[in-house]
Amino acid sequence: MSEREPVLVMRGIGKRFPGVVALDGVDLRLFPGEVHALMGENGAGKSTLIKVLTGAYHHDQGDITLGGEPVAFAGPHQAQQAGISTVYQEINLCPNLSVAENVLIGRAPTRFGRIRWSAMRRRAEELLARLQLSIDVGSDLGAHSIAVQQLVAIARALDVDAKVLVLDEPTSSLDASEVDQLFRVMRGLKDDGIAILFVTHFLDQVYEIADRMTVLRNGRRVGEYRTAELSQLDLVAAMIGKELAALEDIEEAPRREVAALERGTPVVSADGVGRAGAIAPFSLGIHKGEVVGLAGLLGSGRTEIARLLFGADRSDQGQIAVDGTPVTFRGPQSAMRHGIAYCPENRRTDGLVEELTVRENIVLALQAARGWARPVPRGRQDELVGRFVKALDIRPADPELPVRNLSGGNQQKVLLARWLITEPRLMILDEPTRGIDVGAKAEIQRLVVELSDGGMAVLFISAELEEVLRLSHKVAVLRDRRLVTELENTDGLDLDRVMAAIASGGAT
Amino acid sequence: MAVALARRQMERWRGSREPRGSDGMSNLVRHRLFWPVAMLLLLLVGNLAFTPGFFAIELRDGHLFGALIDILRQGAPLMLVALGMTLVIATGGIDLSVGAVVAISGALACQQISQLGDQGAVGGVLVAVALALLLCAGLGLWNGFLVGVVGIQPIIATLILMIAGRGVAQLITGGQIINVNSPPYKAIATGFLLAVPVPVIIAAALVAVVALVTRRSAFGMLLESVGGNAGASRLAGIRSRQLIIIAYVACAVCAGVAGLMVSSTVSSADGNNAGLLIELDAILAVVIGGTSLLGGRFSIAGTVVGALLIKTLDTTIYTIGIPPEVTLLFKAVVVVVLCLVQAPAFRARFARRRPTAEVSA
Amino acid sequence: MTKVETRLPAPTVPRRFPLRQKYLPVTATAVLISLMYGLGVINYPGFSDTQIVLNIFIDNAFLLVVAVGMTFVILTGGIDLSVGAVVALTTMVVALLLENGWPAAVVLPVALLMGATIGLGMGLMIHYFEVQPFIATLAGMFLARGLCYAISTTSIGIDDPFWVRVANAQLWVGGWFITISVLVALVVVLIAAYVLAYTTFGRDVYAVGGNPQSAMLMGLRVGRTRIAVYTISGLCSGLGGVLLSFYMLSGYGLHASGMELDAIAAVVIGGTLLTGGSGYLLGTVLGVLVLGLIQTIITFQGDLSSWWTKIFIGLFLFVFIVLQRAVTRRRR
Repeated sequence: MSEREPVLVMRGIGKRFPGVVALDGVDLRLFPGEVHALMGENGAGKSTLIKVLTGAYHHDQGDITLGGEPVAFAGPHQAQQAGISTVYQEINLCPNLSVAENVLIGRAPTRFGRIRWSAMRRRAEELLARLQLSIDVGSDLGAHSIAVQQLVAIARALDVDAKVLVLDEPTSSLDASEVDQLFRVMRGLKDDGIAILFVTHFLDQVYEIADRMTVLRNGRRVGEYRTAELSQLDLVAAMIGKELAALEDIEEAPRREVAALERGTPVVSADGVGRAGAIAPFSLGIHKGEVVGLAGLLGSGRTEIARLLFGADRSDQGQIAVDGTPVTFRGPQSAMRHGIAYCPENRRTDGLVEELTVRENIVLALQAARGWARPVPRGRQDELVGRFVKALDIRPADPELPVRNLSGGNQQKVLLARWLITEPRLMILDEPTRGIDVGAKAEIQRLVVELSDGGMAVLFISAELEEVLRLSHKVAVLRDRRLVTELENTDGLDLDRVMAAIASGGAT
Repeated sequence: MAVALARRQMERWRGSREPRGSDGMSNLVRHRLFWPVAMLLLLLVGNLAFTPGFFAIELRDGHLFGALIDILRQGAPLMLVALGMTLVIATGGIDLSVGAVVAISGALACQQISQLGDQGAVGGVLVAVALALLLCAGLGLWNGFLVGVVGIQPIIATLILMIAGRGVAQLITGGQIINVNSPPYKAIATGFLLAVPVPVIIAAALVAVVALVTRRSAFGMLLESVGGNAGASRLAGIRSRQLIIIAYVACAVCAGVAGLMVSSTVSSADGNNAGLLIELDAILAVVIGGTSLLGGRFSIAGTVVGALLIKTLDTTIYTIGIPPEVTLLFKAVVVVVLCLVQAPAFRARFARRRPTAEVSA
Repeated sequence: MTKVETRLPAPTVPRRFPLRQKYLPVTATAVLISLMYGLGVINYPGFSDTQIVLNIFIDNAFLLVVAVGMTFVILTGGIDLSVGAVVALTTMVVALLLENGWPAAVVLPVALLMGATIGLGMGLMIHYFEVQPFIATLAGMFLARGLCYAISTTSIGIDDPFWVRVANAQLWVGGWFITISVLVALVVVLIAAYVLAYTTFGRDVYAVGGNPQSAMLMGLRVGRTRIAVYTISGLCSGLGGVLLSFYMLSGYGLHASGMELDAIAAVVIGGTLLTGGSGYLLGTVLGVLVLGLIQTIITFQGDLSSWWTKIFIGLFLFVFIVLQRAVTRRRR
């Protein structure tokens, strides 16, 4: 098979933000009539690369050629004019307008300033027909499923004679049959000679639809592969890498085996708990002093499990039990009453109240549990906060500073402190080490070990498998919103086996 | 080091979402109460220039008199309404119905008193006052229910009572202006206690109570948490519903007390005009005081300064001899100036996302 | 046609349910009006006279025009508290200028221009300085009312012959009549309805109200649209003020007090979502009719006092807001 000419070439793209190199000499080639998957874990540089491609960011280094011509986009609009259209995961349409308008608004056909509705409907119908979608284009967009809205967004993108179509995680909220529908459309577009850049976290989907893929890690390109020539295991390895952080002291600690723990009734157990559209029913038990790691790629359902166990979302099936007694969580408060704590993944939006001080953020959960009428006495607050600021080495060690002024690692510690002072029995940590510096990371990992040694049950979620493996007694592997297997952390378990489980979706 | 400390202090006070201003400005200027306090002082000094005896306070018949005392006395109702409004705004809400509540409160109290055999009976007046405040609490509960439980946008939810409330007030008074002749009731607005005007004492006491309750209990902090980040607050286990309802009830009760003062001043109840536009003045006072309309950090001290500023403005205009109605013009200028001073000029970005829940509607 | 029938959910409104959900609020308002009208006809002799309905328009022509402007603003998700004050200011300026002998042909455009300018100012403040609409229009309200009193604290009569002639003109059709103001209001309604339904600007208004973020990413000029709706609202308030000056034949700072509430209530009862993005101008017309009908019924009833109007408006507002809430929840 002879290599065709790529329609788009990005060469040596570099992009730095203050203090961070987001992209470092990244190459990307897109071929007409091919689906190209862009793979990488969080922070690998995928979204930065897409933003450079679509003109939302300006790159510092490298060059882009489109159809052989060098191009430089001043903004998304220009990129679109040049034939690069993007459909984002968060559908950027107006749900209150009709389907036809959403396809064509901004380019609506007019005569003497009057919108020609019939011409507009016809044009929209044509565009949707190309996607094999026959719906009433006069109906409100909001009345349709996310999948249809996604297709409408694609139709809008195609209206401007697109050469390159960027689909940024279009499948993250679609169910299986909807994904099939989308893939049918993508194949049709492929046959029309459009180059598609496809971003997803679902490995199966990549192998189903992509012809070629580029893997990024830490802002660099790991490589470009033909899908047929790269096994799933190699892909996972390429994405995750095997770099080990400098964490000697924990490295030296003996492997944390399940056998070392006394078994008994789990502190918290889930039996067939699930929520439609979020996570398939799963069963999981977490014992006293046990660290259970959740391994899986981004979007595989890790956070969803955490939220169900904390009562932040309600399960629609199955039973959660605390100490073997069935419980129903009406909300986070009821989970908290049973000694469950949850440090959410997104510190800024779900965790901290940025306006409040470090002290206030730390006592928030304890105070919430007591109710507003029974304040934690100021002296006790200062003592508790002081103790944890010291124990966790929160810097600057000024409890009266607004928490927004702290670095990511210190903010994470504040969040940890908030839950530690409630003395929980199960601590759910969702990506506690993401986006923080190596030193803080090591401290948090050490803390997890200490807590479990002290008898606390921990559910540890991280995208970094080494970390999961190092800290956990048991690793539950997730793939495509399903808990596929549980691996005990015995001698035989290593990174490769966990990766294999993620890649294959079955026990090994 | 000192600069860092001062900035930290400033940061704590500002509580705004804006990025910090340039380093060239002094920290004093960046204190969030700087502009309102400066403006208040400026007004007072300006008055002194116009009326040399402006700052004079004299003791006459054991009662304090003077222009400054008048500002405090006349400003008491606004201060109370703004006080309650501060709590509501801290949750990220707003209460448009306070003006109507002011009217209803005065109407019910006067209607009850007018039915008394002896309008001078302290017991009867107390019952009337208690009934009026109870009704106000009920109205606050209604607002809180619509916002906290049904989940209607605060501005809309309270609009209902803002419109219907005037009708209710007139319903109570039978469309008449009810005049009462009750010395105990009259004392609420015009009496003196230990030389100090009663309304000033009431306002000061309520401000103190609210300040104590919010800052000594965890109420204030949890309120700020809910207003600052509702999602994170839920995940920290805070029951925001309860807090929101309490805030609206407190706001309505404060407005109710203000309503008693307003009607007591003239010994009558006017369902149509009592407390007209006070909701806007109150919101203005809160915003001037540095509490963001988006919710979160609130400052009761700031609200007090804001209310005093507005009242001083009224008084100033009156003493200068401009028709009092023109005060509105000056308020407009104050609002525009304050907004522009606080607005980070020409932020290019399309800021302030609306919550997705609203967008998907 | 060989279109592949998809198994994706078709439009969620099934055929047996003839109404689209977005028409539901307007329909509810229409049903309410029929009920109220029927109630009036059954209970009160003389209520069925068509002139009664026409009188509602005559008495509310200015409110209708103001509510039209408010509809634009609310459709973008904003609010305009200044309308009543701008109406009052317009009556004041009109009366003042006429008193000073300015010709009507100059006074009219000046009045409209002034309204539009105030609106534009607020729009600029909202867009460029990111002042919340509530606060910016509150400032506009204070400014306009303050200016009224700066001009005069008392009422100024209008005796300009043109004004008097327009005010007293009755256009007879068959046995019924309307005033020129009604005609003007209806023309405004038609133009506004056309703009909202058939022009790019009109659709931009809906898009901005639906999701400003998306609207911007879709390449719409969000800022321009926002500024424009406040300008339109100001213009409509100016026109409403002119119509009110015909109706009252005076200028007074206390005119139109609380009209912003009536306008907002009419828009909401007419089925426009206060969060923006959904609603029709027809609904606003119906909303104004509801307010007028309440007044008329209370007048006919005789023993009901005027304050019941406010209570009923509040009640309807409550019902419609809860209805809207239910509808949007279901759609989500």
